[in-house]
Parts: sequence; C-alpha cells; structure tokens
Amino acid sequence: MSNNLYIDFMISLLAGTIRISIPILLPALGQIYTQRSGILNLGVEGIMIIGALSGFVGAFFTGSLWFGVFSAVVAGLLFSLIMGFLSITIKANQVIAGTALTILGTSLASFLYRVIFGIRKLPPIIDSFPSLNFLGLSKIPVIGPIFFNHNILVYLALFLVFFTWFVLEKTTFGLKVKAVGEFPRAADSKGIRVGLIRYICVAIGGMYAGLGGAFMSIGYMDTYMDHMIAGRGFIAVSVVIFSRWDPKRALFAALLFGGANVLQMRLQSIGVNIPNQFLLALPYVLTILVLVGVSKKVAFPSAFTIPYSRNSK
Amino acid sequence: MYLLWIELSRVGTMFNFMTEKAIKEAGKVIEKPLVQMIQIKKTFSGIPANDCVDFTLKEGSVHGLLGENGAGKTTLMNILFGLYEPDSGKVLIKGEPVKIHSPLDAMNLKIGMVHQHFMLVKTLTVTENIMLGIKSTRTPFLDTRMIRNRIIELSGKYGLDIDPDAKIWQLSVGQQQRVEILTAIFKGADILILDEPTAVLTPGESEDLFSILRELRNSGIGIILISHKLEEILAIADEVTILRNGVKTGETLVTPSTTKQELTRMMVGRDVLFNFTGKDVNIGKECLSLDHLCAIDDRGVQVLQDVSFSIKDGEILGLAGVDGNGQKELCQILTGLRKTTGGTIHLYDQDLLTMTPKQCIDNKIFHIPEDRQKSGLIMDWDVQKNLILKNYDSKSISGRFCLSEQRIGEQADTMIQEYNIKTPGREEVVKKLSGGNQQKIILAREMEGDPELLIASHPTRGLDIGAMEYVRQRILDQKANGAAILLVSADLEEIFQLSDRIAVIYNGRIMGIVSPDAGISKIGMLMAGIMETENVGVDA
Ligand SMILES: Nc1ncnc2c1ncn2[C@@H]1O[C@H](COP(=O)(O)OP(=O)(O)OP(=O)(O)O)[C@@H](O)[C@H]1O
Ligand SMILES: [Mg+2]
Repeated sequence: MSNNLYIDFMISLLAGTIRISIPILLPALGQIYTQRSGILNLGVEGIMIIGALSGFVGAFFTGSLWFGVFSAVVAGLLFSLIMGFLSITIKANQVIAGTALTILGTSLASFLYRVIFGIRKLPPIIDSFPSLNFLGLSKIPVIGPIFFNHNILVYLALFLVFFTWFVLEKTTFGLKVKAVGEFPRAADSKGIRVGLIRYICVAIGGMYAGLGGAFMSIGYMDTYMDHMIAGRGFIAVSVVIFSRWDPKRALFAALLFGGANVLQMRLQSIGVNIPNQFLLALPYVLTILVLVGVSKKVAFPSAFTIPYSRNSK
Repeated sequence: MYLLWIELSRVGTMFNFMTEKAIKEAGKVIEKPLVQMIQIKKTFSGIPANDCVDFTLKEGSVHGLLGENGAGKTTLMNILFGLYEPDSGKVLIKGEPVKIHSPLDAMNLKIGMVHQHFMLVKTLTVTENIMLGIKSTRTPFLDTRMIRNRIIELSGKYGLDIDPDAKIWQLSVGQQQRVEILTAIFKGADILILDEPTAVLTPGESEDLFSILRELRNSGIGIILISHKLEEILAIADEVTILRNGVKTGETLVTPSTTKQELTRMMVGRDVLFNFTGKDVNIGKECLSLDHLCAIDDRGVQVLQDVSFSIKDGEILGLAGVDGNGQKELCQILTGLRKTTGGTIHLYDQDLLTMTPKQCIDNKIFHIPEDRQKSGLIMDWDVQKNLILKNYDSKSISGRFCLSEQRIGEQADTMIQEYNIKTPGREEVVKKLSGGNQQKIILAREMEGDPELLIASHPTRGLDIGAMEYVRQRILDQKANGAAILLVSADLEEIFQLSDRIAVIYNGRIMGIVSPDAGISKIGMLMAGIMETENVGVDA
C-alpha cells in the first residue's frame, strides 16, 4: 500500500469508527439510566428497530428529518413502556420480558414496514442528515475529515455523553436513580417513589434507543431495512456493563466496538485474505471476550433485576 | 444546656419544623395527642403481627415501646411511617384522621424514623444519603456543598463524628447508626421514631443521644423509642406501651418508682434475674495468641496497630470499645477473611494467618458476626437451612448419601425451641422474621457444637431481655466446656457480667488489658482513648 493510500485508509477508518459507534453509544447511554435504576432491558434491540422505522416513516412522509427524529424518540419511549409495565408493575422476569420485547419489536417493525410501503422493487429512500463542515474546519487535512465532517446527530450523541454524566452525578434525579438501583427500600423510606423512578429510567432508555435507531435509518443509511440494527442493541447492553455504568467510559467502549466493526468492513473491502465470515464475527467475538474479562470484576447495582415490593421484607 | 436549646431551636427554624408559632403552641396546654393509632391490625400470611393495638403519643413526651423479639413493635412503627398499610384500624395525627400510604406521606406529616436496619445506600457517601431525603434548594441540581457543610456543623455540634465524604460501606455499624440519627435530626420532625437506636452505642454515646432527645422533647417533639434496654427506658421515657405477641398488654406512666422488674414481667410474663452459673472454670492452656498484629482497612487506612493479647481455654476475654475502632477487622482476620500487614497469630501451635475461612471453621473457630443480615444469614432461605448452613457436612444431619430432610428438620425444631425463635415454622423464609429472631438463628447455629475458640461480636445486640439471659448463659456454658472466648461488645454490662479479663480497643490499639475489678469508669475512659499516666496494669 502506498503511503497516501495508507493515510486515506486510516482517515476513513477513524472517521467511520466515530460514525458507527454512535448507534451503539446512544442506546448504551440510555441503558445507563435504566440499569442504574436496577432494570436490565434486553429489549433495546427491539426498541431500536422500532425507532429506526418510526424515524424513517416520520421523515419520509413529512419531509422533515427533525420530525423523524422526534417520532423515533416518542416511539422508543412508548415502546419501552411495555418493558416498564412488565418489569415494574407486573414484576415479570426481566430477561424474559426484554427478550420478548426484542422479538416483538423486530417483527412488528417488519410487518408495519410492509403495511406502510407495500412490496417494492426498490426500497424507498430519503436524504439523511448532511455532514456539517464547521465553517471549513472539515477541510483541515486529516483532522478535518475525522472530527469535523459528521452529521448533527453525531455531535448530539457526543453532547449526550456529557449530559448523561451531568444528570447522574449532579442532579437530585441522578442521585435518586442510584439509590433506587442499590437499595430500593432505603429509597422508599426516604420518600422516593421507586416504581416511578424506574419507569422514568426505562422510558429514558427507550428514548435514547429510539434515537439510536433513527440514527441508523435517517442519519447513516438513507433508508430502512429489517436487519439494520444487527445486534447493536445487545452490544449496547454489554457496553454499559463494560463501562461500569459510566457515560465517559461508555464512549470509549462504543468507539472500541465501532472500531472493530469498521475495521472488519474496511478489511473486507480491500480484500484481505481472511474468510469474511471471520471478519463479520469480529465485533461480536470482541464483545464476548470483553464481557468475560470484565464481568468478574464489576459491581452490579445491588438491586439489579430485582423487582421491588414494599411488603416483602 | 440552655445553649444547646438555642442551637436546637435554630436547627428547627432553619428546617422550618419549629416555627415561632409552633413553639408558642407547644407552650399551651395541648389536648390533642400527636399520634393516635386505634385498633391497628396487621397480619402477615395469616399470622397477626399487630392485633387491635392502640397507641397514643403525647406532644413533648418520650414514649417507650417495649416487647419481646417478634412482638410487633417494628411492624406498628412501619405502619405509622407508611411502610406497611394496616389491614384495619385508624391513625390520627394531631387529632386529624390521616391515611399514610408511603414514607413521603409520613414525612409530610413531619414524622421521621431511624430504622432498626439501616436505610442507607451503601455505595453512596454520607452526604449523598442525606441529600436523598431532603429537597434540594437548587432543584433539580444537588446542593452538595451546602449540605456537606451542614453535616460537618451538626456532626460537630452533637459529637457524632461523621466524615461527610465517607462511603457508607466503609463505616462501622455504630457509625452508620450515627448517620441515621443525623439524617433524622437534619430533616427535622414533630414525631421522631427510633427503632433500637442505642443497640450499637456505648453507654456514653447513648447518654449523649439521650440529652439530644431530651432537648428535642422539651421543644415539643414527640419521640417514640423502641428499646430492649430497660434502664434506658426508665431513664428517658415518660410513658411506655408494651406489646406481647402482637397484642397490647400494658401502658403505664414511667415514674421514679417504676422498676425494671415491673416492666419485665409485663413483657415476658416472668422475672429475668441474670443469675448465671458456671463462671468459675479452670483456665487451661493458651489457645489464641496475637503478637503485634497490624492491618489496614478497605480504604487503606491503618486499623489495627500492634495488637497483642492471648486467650486461654475456658477464659472469656472481653474486648470493649466503641464500634469502628478495629473490632470488625480483627474478627475478620481471626476467621480468615482478611489479610494482615504484620504480626503473628497462633491457634495453639498452628499459624492462623495461613488458614482459609473453611480451615478456620474446621479448626473449630466459631464466629457470631457483627452485621448479621449481611454476613450471617441467607435472607431468602428458610429457617432450617440457615440453621445448618455451617454444619452442612456434619454427620448428624446426613443420611447415607445426602442430607436427611428429617434430621435437619428435627434439629431445627430443637434449636427453634431452645432459643425461643418466633417463627411460623422451620420453613419460613428468614427475611420475614423480626430483627431479634433473625439474630437468634445465627446464635443458635454458631453456639451449637463445641468450639475451641468462639468469637462473639455483640452477641445480644437487639435481643429481648429473656433471650439475652439465655444467650449469656450459653456463652458461659461454652466457657465451662473449655472454649476460649473473645467477646466483642459495646455493652459494658455484658462485658462485666461475663469477662475474666477486659481488653479495651481504641483507634486500632489495645489501650490496656485489665481485670473487671478495675471498674466501669476506668474502662469508659480507656474506651474514649484516655490513658492514665499511672500504671495501667497490663498483663498481656
Ligand atoms: N414483611 C413481613 N412478612 C412476613 N412476616 C413479617 C413481616 N414483617 C414482620 N413479620 C412478622 O411479624 C412479627 C412481628 O415482627 P416485628 O418486626 O414487628 O417484631 P419486633 O417487635 O420489632 O421484634 P424485634 O425486637 O425482634 O425487632 C414477627 O413474627 C415477624 O415474623
Ligand atoms: Mg424490630
């Protein structure tokens, strides 16, 4: 590889890493709230695909990308309330409830897509969010294309890293979330409404996941496809655990997984001599390895996946 | 005193629970009681924990709530605090009928509660825990700095000695309790419920708490105090209500002529005398010896420094000290649960420092842990399984190949009877038992068999007076059997009743080892870290 080609390859690798880590980062940030409050929502995958479809439909029919974003967030919120109802009100097993939600979301999205758009030869497309150029900053060699040439949603996601950290560490709400996840009875005795806080956290997780889904359809791909989420919801859940419920660490974890993904794609496209099944599996293998290495050491919130009821001691 | 009063009323106005108007009203004759609970009934899976209980708290009085373990005291207070809803019955606050559905409702009615089992979030700091319960002045943002300063101020004022930045899990039980008390003072309340607040305090600390409570009472606050320590009740309560098996069996004013016997009889239905047998035992060869033991705690701070002492067979060494002076860590080391940074420990001629926890058990080191809910019980298992938790591989409960259900059951039934554990049956889940009855399970388990070394941390904390007598006698029985016993306790009465020698620990150092003849005041001074210049009479 010549020197120039090599630099281009690296630039596209790094820029791509940032871009493709966003749909992992967004749901992961949302799940930090949810998991901190004591709930494991394995339905993120399903919520994301619902978000992807709603975002696309909203943008397609109104012509407004921002309306698409709005619809995705609202759809994510509403859909996640199913999880809230199952795990908080009914106190169902969270693993089962979350898995069911993913299955429901995946099939519902694919069904609705066919109802709305019918069977077509060519998929409907839209113009997704354009890249910003920051008054020419994007023209700076190397740095420009890596950092200053993404669409607005990328920067929004990066802002949400800070925002999530701020909410959890500096606000009364964040403190309540942590208390509810650690020791709901104590929170209850201090007058904090455990169920309500958990509902809110599940809903916030749903909104972030919906946004993450919309990023795929109207911020990255220009269209909707049934399998476009491709396990990112599940990877997001492991990113949360890997990052030990810390938004900043979640950013790095998401970049790591995004990087593995991009590397895999770029290596395929330049045709390295590795069977592409192995390359495709790379991000998932990485997920498993990281979780095996990390999960022994992390301290889960004490009330993780445990429903709360006041009358049982 | 007067100064303290001013301070307190200032705290009051600051948190708006004793406005000037309220103070004036407190001066008037008040007819309506602060709290009236009428015919309260609460059953748990068919068994009544409160059966038509009436309870009245007057303004500006301290009301003692007495009863054996499992009598229903905590349940009644949880109802008042909105943690449980009664099956039937009425609650009136200042004459107004109210429905208290949640602690939030209770707090809006100016009811504060210090719980028997701490309601503190372990992973958060002291400041964060206190902020949880109060409305931030900068909502939705936290006002950490202001609260932190207040904590330092209040903690200094009442000598609570609390580091606002410490995480709760790093604190000892006694320190955690002080955080709870601080939380209640911080929030301010008209009605203050304290569920066994002094169980973990030294006599001196309890006195300090009581003078705070007296001041609070004088400013018109009604205080409900659950305690098993009858001296305390006699010293501070204006009246008492007594429960037995969920039924109210008595209510009486506390006058100077009220006696402990009277209260005991109303509670237990018999006299409890603390006439122990078996104190005089031949003391044998050296069982445990510690030499210049040093250790650091979870935060990396030195908690034990040059600790040296020895215990002989048939001897009880009382380790007196305020909680959090290294006792917890010492017990962990002796049971193989913590590493040391220096020194040696020998059990007879074996090196104890190389032993795993299992080897410690196999070498007959028995341990009654300090934090019983966390390290002594599996809360979701039933009573009988918890009772055999340690001897699961013993012959007496096994059939040929597997555990014998029948033998486990029989053994459990005997223990339940001997220790008078109040439970619907041996198959009840442990977390549903009352605080005192949970403790009895650990005691029954750890006192079974014959230990070489018994480490008893606060063995009677939270037990009612009858159970207390029984457990102390059992400890003496073990001594008669030739066990060496380390009795860790903050209860000086207990230390004096049982010990052959008393070691006092302060700040991780042994301040002195004295004979019980040295007297309470001497021990009290050593516990507070005051060493006299004259010879302390160390005989390690
Ligand atoms: N949540 C619950 N579920 C089932 N049973 C319960 C529950 N709470 C209390 N009980 C039962 O009610 C009875 C009274 O318990 P309570 O905790 O009020 O006793 P207590 O008087 O506070 O005793 P102690 O002095 O041991 O703390 C006990 O027999 C206990 O087993
Ligand atoms: Mg109790």
